[in-house]
Amino acid sequence: MDILIALIPFLPLLGAALNGLVGARLPERVVGWLGSGTVLLSFLFSVYLFAHLHGGAEPIRTTLYTFLAVDSFHVDFAFLIDPLSVWMMLIVTGVGFPIHVYSIGYMHGDAGFWRFFAYLNLFIFSMLLLVMGDNLVMLFFGWEGVGLCSYLLIGFWYDNRAYGKAARKAFIMNRIGDLGLLLGLFLIFDIFDSFAYADIFSRLPVLRLDPAVLTIIGLLLFVGAIGKSAQIPLFTWLPDAMAGPTPVSALIHAATMVTAGIYLVARCHPIYSLAPTALEVVAFIGLLTSLVAGLIALCQNDIKKVLAYSTVSQLGLMFVALGMGAYAAAMFHVTTHAFFKALLFLGAGSVIHALGGEQDIRRMGGLRRALPVTYWTFLLATLAISGVPLLSGFFSKDEILANTFAGAGTGWWVLSALGGGLTALYMSRLLFVTFFGNFRGTEEQRAHLHESPRVMTIPLVVLAVLSVAGGLLNLPHLLHVPGAEWLAHFLSPSVGESRPAHLLSAQTEWLLMGAASLLALSAIAWAYWAYAVRQSVPKDEAALSRWERVLAGKFYFDEFYDWVIVRPVERLSQLLHYYADVWAIDGLVNGVGTAVQRIGVEFRRLQNGNIEYYLLGMVVGAVLLFLSLWL
Amino acid sequence: MALLLVLLPLIGSIVLLASRALPARMVASGIALANLLLTGFLLMGFQADGRYNYEVSLPWIPQAGVAFRLGLDGISMLMVLLTNLLAPLIVLSIGTRDYDREGRYYGLVLLMLAALNGVFMALDGLLFYVFYEMALIPIYFICAIWGGENRIRITLKFFLYTFVGSLFMLVALLAVYYQSPSDGVAAHSFAWEALVAAELDARTAGWVMLGFFLAFAVKMPLFPFHTWQPDTYVSAPAGGTMLLSGIMLKMGVYGVIRWMIPLAPEAWHVWAPVFLGLAVFGIVYASLIALKQSDLKRLIAYSSIAHVGLIAAGVLVWNKTGMQGGLLQMLAHGINVVGLFFVADALERRVGSRALFDMGGVARSAPRLAALYFIVTLGAIAVPLTNGFAGEFLLLNGVWKYHYALGAAAGLTIILGAAYMLRAYGLAMFGAAGPYTEATPDADRRELIVLGCIAALVLVLGFFPNWALALTDGSVNRILGAVQL
Amino acid sequence: MLDVVKTVPIDYYLWLSCALFCIGVFGVLIRRNALVVLMCVELMLNAVNLLLAAFSTYLSDAQGQILVFFIMVVAAAEAAVGLGILVMIFRNTHTTDIYLLDKLRG
Repeated sequence: MDILIALIPFLPLLGAALNGLVGARLPERVVGWLGSGTVLLSFLFSVYLFAHLHGGAEPIRTTLYTFLAVDSFHVDFAFLIDPLSVWMMLIVTGVGFPIHVYSIGYMHGDAGFWRFFAYLNLFIFSMLLLVMGDNLVMLFFGWEGVGLCSYLLIGFWYDNRAYGKAARKAFIMNRIGDLGLLLGLFLIFDIFDSFAYADIFSRLPVLRLDPAVLTIIGLLLFVGAIGKSAQIPLFTWLPDAMAGPTPVSALIHAATMVTAGIYLVARCHPIYSLAPTALEVVAFIGLLTSLVAGLIALCQNDIKKVLAYSTVSQLGLMFVALGMGAYAAAMFHVTTHAFFKALLFLGAGSVIHALGGEQDIRRMGGLRRALPVTYWTFLLATLAISGVPLLSGFFSKDEILANTFAGAGTGWWVLSALGGGLTALYMSRLLFVTFFGNFRGTEEQRAHLHESPRVMTIPLVVLAVLSVAGGLLNLPHLLHVPGAEWLAHFLSPSVGESRPAHLLSAQTEWLLMGAASLLALSAIAWAYWAYAVRQSVPKDEAALSRWERVLAGKFYFDEFYDWVIVRPVERLSQLLHYYADVWAIDGLVNGVGTAVQRIGVEFRRLQNGNIEYYLLGMVVGAVLLFLSLWL
Repeated sequence: MALLLVLLPLIGSIVLLASRALPARMVASGIALANLLLTGFLLMGFQADGRYNYEVSLPWIPQAGVAFRLGLDGISMLMVLLTNLLAPLIVLSIGTRDYDREGRYYGLVLLMLAALNGVFMALDGLLFYVFYEMALIPIYFICAIWGGENRIRITLKFFLYTFVGSLFMLVALLAVYYQSPSDGVAAHSFAWEALVAAELDARTAGWVMLGFFLAFAVKMPLFPFHTWQPDTYVSAPAGGTMLLSGIMLKMGVYGVIRWMIPLAPEAWHVWAPVFLGLAVFGIVYASLIALKQSDLKRLIAYSSIAHVGLIAAGVLVWNKTGMQGGLLQMLAHGINVVGLFFVADALERRVGSRALFDMGGVARSAPRLAALYFIVTLGAIAVPLTNGFAGEFLLLNGVWKYHYALGAAAGLTIILGAAYMLRAYGLAMFGAAGPYTEATPDADRRELIVLGCIAALVLVLGFFPNWALALTDGSVNRILGAVQL
Repeated sequence: MLDVVKTVPIDYYLWLSCALFCIGVFGVLIRRNALVVLMCVELMLNAVNLLLAAFSTYLSDAQGQILVFFIMVVAAAEAAVGLGILVMIFRNTHTTDIYLLDKLRG
């Protein structure tokens, strides 16, 4: 069993190593299936572990070796297989595998094909370390590792300097979060004297800590989550990260890596449950992000940027769920979101592929006939994310909304539901502008319009099935069907039983569900009328009203950071270099040298070679000596 | 056995400096490799329980209590390993350029190797001082003869600066010596144990610590004693820069661990906050300056100040995590910085300039070089599972334990470090090829060997850092136990 | 004879010797002619001689007078060498002005 567990992350690492070292000399087919195959194997092993745990087995701890040890400062390279980690493993490898397969078609002919698969496999390895780690340091390994892979993959087409900059921005913003996480780790160690989850959570009730300390820990960890999961104020890297190839956006920047923050909070829920203030902050940031990103998404015209802001917004919603203490609900939304958002990105990739790299939806339109499979799967995913009843997103979002209502009251519910409504609005806008109406691209593009190859469409279909049926994983308990709340039950050993929504009466819940569905459906209907029936096309920048311009300008977060942080720091760097370092400090050092030299020059005059001077000096000296004796 | 580590390169250097007929590169590589093998051999029979292994003690000036005494505890073993691990790589890397009178060059490098091994093994205060100064002589000539523009002026400044620093150390050493107990023959003794046993009053201890600190702070270098360093690193030939940054600056940190604090622990409470403040401020300060450097070597030089600042801070807090982290990080930093300077030199040879804005697009034409450079960069920015991580993690925790605010400030290095390192990497490697980088040749065989070894070390030490910690564990306990703060 | 000497107070010898010595010093410092400088050096030596002899008599101790003989011998030797050098210099340069003789100056 130990070897099997170890193989799950190390198989993709092996794939990455092989592809990285010799991939350049192998044919594409071998590289692609080597990369995908290792992930498939990991997936199968994960399924086996899942079945094992689902059969009622205890969580498994496996220690490979001691990573570092300084007395009690002890870090094992160890894995923990419990429901939460197994579930994340299933998502990572289960969504990762179709995306790998899809990439074989999408990246076909790219000079860096082997590199792409090496990075992708490395990412799977890092992500698996993150979720499988038995202690917070292992999580940190994965945490930084996925950030690194994200850097590599965003900057995959490095010839374009802007992509390289986007990659660097993503990495550095992630690192800002990582510092918070790291300090959180130190504080945890100070208090619990261990990094292992088992030790921390078992000592937690015994220690009777001051809630303020736990709040600080919770907030520091949350800073890490903010960076990784692109929440306000560190969310601006994610839209820029769309510079990477589309499968990367699907895998890393939608389905898996960005949900690491959710995983972290869910994993550390015993701490958060004792720190209500930290939870409030989590919920507040989540809600704010959800709304801000939703608004921005309304006015974006790049197909991938819309999806990116949608991801930010959905992640915000998940944090709201976490903030309510509904950890299982958040994990449920992580799952369904992984399905439909990966599908949306892959569909977008298929569109971009068909149009030869075009990403602006104003130059698309009417694609539903040319790309039938893409269209149908994209449609299903859009309906799912919008919360159309009976699709997966409906159930997961409803779960969050119900918990929000129960946990924080009507006001929070209204705002969260509004976030959901915005989702329906911008997603259906995207759908109708892209696939309905008339084609607005060039004649050349029209001639080349084609459905993607089978290797790309099959993953779409698989994910579409999951997006539709994903709700079955966790049907609401008020339906009273067998298997209701199955996921919540499965995860409860890891994330606890906390579900505020259970306090609500069935009537209230039906009412909330109906209201949210109505909101989503009316948003879709409005978008259909505006973009499919009237066939209006998003306006050019010049024609935007002032508010639209603010939204299209993404609330000017980037500009703000540029003015307040980036430029002052760069200026400071130059000032420090020229004034503090070269002028002041080095000037002082050189000044000492110069002063010594000057003194030397002055004293040299005494040594002028005239004996009279020396004699005079001697006589004066002797006289002074006598005088001093005499006096 | 330990004596051989010093004697072998010493003989080699004398031979190379005296004769011109020998194939210098072969002799130097051979001796460096022999030293590495010897180190491996010593490592295999090593007892990591904190005591001295392979101790040699020859009478030198018994009337003054001076002995030629060498020995290896875990800390020394690690430093010797670092020195002899990097030496063959440095010798090999010198071969990538043609220098005139290269026999002399190799001779001086071997002399340096002898002195460095001596510094890390000396258990006698005066012997330590002698080796410490002896290391300065060959590096002075290396920089002054084979350096770049302005080399004489810059090297003179470097020499005088570090030399003045060491004179303060000599005074401090003597001050402790005159308080040390008798060894039975002479009234006082320079033996490490005797110097540690010397009882100093608070005032003397303060001055002693300050004297040592000046010497080591200049050598490391710590803010604000660092200004010789960027110029020297830029002007020195690549081999010299690697010796300086990879090994020689560790003499300073080693000195703090072995001599400064153990000899004047009474002053730690007074001075530690000041020194730590300087070190942590220096981290942020140097990182900020590195952010906008356009000269690749200068950028690496400033990054080195930041990294060493963190190492120094971890050692100065004088707790076990900090010190273990510092020792581990010295090994890692030595490997990384040698790799970085090697890449910088390789790029300079190809592009004909060190300016980052003249580079760009190298990844396209030289993918192997780019990949290996990236691995070294990862080590330098302490990505987990590369060699920089474990050390930095322990160091930051050590500083955090001393004071959480200091730990948080030092932690900024993980953000700023990533920013300047990746900026340099992006500017050099990404983007479209410029006029100078159109057809950059990829790494040749020699470069692949050097960089491949370094990259392998980065990853191996990244996955398995614990053996190094185990090596030094006993000695760190012993030295922490021997010193009553 | 001794009594005659002792009738003059020691102070007088002191002042005379001091005056002679100062004349010598100033001569060395001021005069440019090497011959005069040499003579001034002799003058200083003789000032010391005078003092030595005087104290020797007053203290009835012969050691001082022995020292005087030594000094006279050294002075004579020095004068011989010095004058020899001077003559050679004069023959070569036609001057004994020490301000002009600065060939060895650093």
